[in-house]
Amino acid sequence: MDLIAQLEAEQIAALGKEIPDFKAGDTIRVGYKVTEGSRTRVQMYEGVCISRKNGSGIAGSFTVRKISFGEGVERVFPLFSTNIDSIEVVRRGRVRRAKLYYLRSRRGKSARIAEDANYKPKKA
Amino acid sequence: MRSGIIAKKVGMTRLFMEDGKQIPVTVLSLDGLQVVAQRTEEKDGYTAVQLGAGTAKAKRTSKAMRGHFAAAKVEPKRKLAEFRVPAEGLIEVGAEISAEHFLAGQKVDVTGTSIGKGFAGAMKRHNFGGLRASHGVSISHRSHGSTGQCQDPGRVFKGKKMAGHMGAARVTTQNLEVVKTDAERGLVFIKGAVPGPKSGWVTVKDAVKKKAPEGLPFPAALKTAEAPAEGGEA
Repeated sequence: MDLIAQLEAEQIAALGKEIPDFKAGDTIRVGYKVTEGSRTRVQMYEGVCISRKNGSGIAGSFTVRKISFGEGVERVFPLFSTNIDSIEVVRRGRVRRAKLYYLRSRRGKSARIAEDANYKPKKA
Repeated sequence: MRSGIIAKKVGMTRLFMEDGKQIPVTVLSLDGLQVVAQRTEEKDGYTAVQLGAGTAKAKRTSKAMRGHFAAAKVEPKRKLAEFRVPAEGLIEVGAEISAEHFLAGQKVDVTGTSIGKGFAGAMKRHNFGGLRASHGVSISHRSHGSTGQCQDPGRVFKGKKMAGHMGAARVTTQNLEVVKTDAERGLVFIKGAVPGPKSGWVTVKDAVKKKAPEGLPFPAALKTAEAPAEGGEA
């Protein structure tokens, strides 16, 4: 393992984050720490994960899309951000793409994702 | 004025901080960094330390250089560099410099040889805008355009920015922040990018345009008498 990979592995271990197994198409709920003045609180952001980028390493990130007041909103979170309090999988979706950017041009019924009924957790 | 260091660029990564910030960092490694020679006022007319880093095979080192390293009682080094220091800032020959030479939060200047780009056009080399994509422009979309006036002056001025060789030149990036240091492995983490390719040699000095923080090790942070290097004793 080269030094950079080793440093990144060490940092991931030091951050001690539990990342659930999720992929594009899953509906997830992200607890994001928001600082208002001096106090911080956790804000929940729930939506469909439409892409995961750069693997599960330190550079990994994921995009969550939701419809908020009739307007599509997308947020990109770094996987190991210290601002993320929790990631929770709400629903497993069955999709045939790794990136669900086609959802951006869809509204309502056609933007639905079928539930993955026979989801098997990955063996560690 | 302290001595700088010679380091090898390992690569880039990111650090997540407690406050939620993520910082892009370049990892520099100090590999066998030792003082090889001193330049003194009496002998050379100026004072400086010559540092060496890396390891070179003895058989691929010239006889003259082997004698130079033998005089300092150090292993042959891959890279040598001199750093001007005041007379009281001279470091003993053979002393090994540790990564704690720099403090987290201080600013440094990093000098390296930039990645060679070969013969580059004016757009890449000087950020020219190029010509239009349409409206009669033919074949010359990425050209530099006009190079001057007409019969008066009747020549192209010296220093006109044109296409040519780019990169592979000595570049100094000033006022980069040291994010943290790892003395055990001899690593310095610098915020942002530094010139040169991975595994290229760079020199790191205290920033000339920023005030040095209090408590910098002077003349240098040295590794203590090989106790940590051998591992068995520590």
